[in-house]
Amino acid sequence: MKSESAKDVHKLIAWAKLWQAGFIILGVLSLLVGIVTLVALLADMFIKGGPLISWRFFTSFPSRNAEEAGILSAWVGSLLVMFVTALAAIPLGIASGIYLEEYARKNWIADLIEINVANLAGVPSIIYGLLALGLFVYAFHLGDTVLTAGLTLAILVLPVVIVTTREAIRAVPSSIREASYALGSSKWQTIRSHVLPYGMGGILTGVIVALSRAIGETAPLITIGALTFIAFLPDSPVQSQFPYISFAWLMSPFTVLPIQMFNWVSRPQPEFQLNAAAAGVVLVGMTLLVNGLAIYLRYQFRKGIKW
Amino acid sequence: MVGKNPENISALQTDQTKALVRNLDFFYGDNHALKDINMPVYANKVTALIGPSGCGKTTLLRCFNRMHDLYPGNRYKGEILLGEDQKQSNILSKQVDPIEVRMNIGMVFQKPNPFPKSIYENIAYGLKIRGHSRSFIDDKVEYSLRNAALWDEVKDRLQDLAVNLSGGQQQRLCIARAMATDPEIILFDEPTSALDPIATLSIEQLILELKDQVTVLIVTHNMQQAVRVSNYTAFMYLGRLIEFDTTAKIFAKPAVKETADYVSGKFG
Repeated sequence: MKSESAKDVHKLIAWAKLWQAGFIILGVLSLLVGIVTLVALLADMFIKGGPLISWRFFTSFPSRNAEEAGILSAWVGSLLVMFVTALAAIPLGIASGIYLEEYARKNWIADLIEINVANLAGVPSIIYGLLALGLFVYAFHLGDTVLTAGLTLAILVLPVVIVTTREAIRAVPSSIREASYALGSSKWQTIRSHVLPYGMGGILTGVIVALSRAIGETAPLITIGALTFIAFLPDSPVQSQFPYISFAWLMSPFTVLPIQMFNWVSRPQPEFQLNAAAAGVVLVGMTLLVNGLAIYLRYQFRKGIKW
Repeated sequence: MVGKNPENISALQTDQTKALVRNLDFFYGDNHALKDINMPVYANKVTALIGPSGCGKTTLLRCFNRMHDLYPGNRYKGEILLGEDQKQSNILSKQVDPIEVRMNIGMVFQKPNPFPKSIYENIAYGLKIRGHSRSFIDDKVEYSLRNAALWDEVKDRLQDLAVNLSGGQQQRLCIARAMATDPEIILFDEPTSALDPIATLSIEQLILELKDQVTVLIVTHNMQQAVRVSNYTAFMYLGRLIEFDTTAKIFAKPAVKETADYVSGKFG
């Protein structure tokens, strides 16, 4: 009798373990779908595009001839657009984040703004393109320029910067704020000397994540009328003659890496597909570089920060 | 209730009053946390606030530097008069800026909370926001660290991060930080509850030495600590001040039954 019931128990356990093993296999398979696809995609791109990456590729303009075509105007354009985006999005986003988190009165208006900011982060990027087209191109007559592109992407990533800024400064414990207030600090002094510096690691991470999102955006830039074929560079910001700094590049037409890629992919000749893959490798490389920088900066800023 | 008329305590009349709490009520929103508190705080003495958890002792302490103003929905009623008899001003008045109050009344918290900056910067911060010169700050940092019995331990590493100090050292640093700005009163909110017995002893020693320079108000959970460091003790219960007297009297022959029950360990 007793041995029989023990047998039943063993059977139960065996079944339970079988189910568990089944689920584990299912889980691993699900995971593999994602990983294998990603690896295959990257590997394919690297195999096709890798060999094309050379000094010449970086220093040549696009060309009708696939072998002569390069990404000079594209990566310079990406860099300049990113520069404008950073310059606009960082101060606006951090200031808004600080205001919302520290100063705004907690009432229904603040709640409404908070919900809207969170939702803005999820709005399809092409909508921002339409907004920019109406606002920067038609209303402000800024044209299809580096400035317009930079501002468009700045608006696109602003919600991300605002949300991460808020999260970063919310993470500064109240004990530290109270320590500052107890010494006779004003609210601004507390924010300036404590909350902001201690939250800087998190804020920078958010900024860089935002920029690495912006660097790959295509749709809104096509919407504002970015050109796909640019065989010249914008004016250099640094000039050899007085006043040595020029802002003419801001009003220059531009292209960026993803648009260049898109342009090449849409051509019928197979040689251009290889060029697109190579540009993709550069774009992925740039994104990884930016993310690496984010991790490094976060580490640097958080090194001394313990509560 | 003796607490109602502290002026009548004959034994206390030689000590000068630094602050006077008069008819103080305090509300966290609808929660009536302090009820009609009346008590003196004597200059250059240590006054302990004791009582069971939730009795309002920390709430009362945080009224002294208007810490409650940092959070919405808090309300004071009544007065805390600060200063010599002639020029007493109510620090709870709406006309008084809480920042001005905190410029004169320092605070040390339950858990050591040094800024994640260097040891030097921790002390210098309060002086910087008061606009002192660099050389003055340098001198004052050394003086304050000596005063807090920390100088010898940290003099060679003033630029090191304060958070790498031990818990006891961090708390002494926080005391030095609060004392560096020469406050009139320093508030301690259970300053040793996060520390080991040896660190506790050194903090208590420090508090005893500080009272020559400053008036001390300390909240403590630990009745032995109140006996060791304080001259006066206020026993609070359920938001009321039950009894205020010299520490010796409160612990030897308290006038009120609840006080006697609490100090003898019958509840709390």
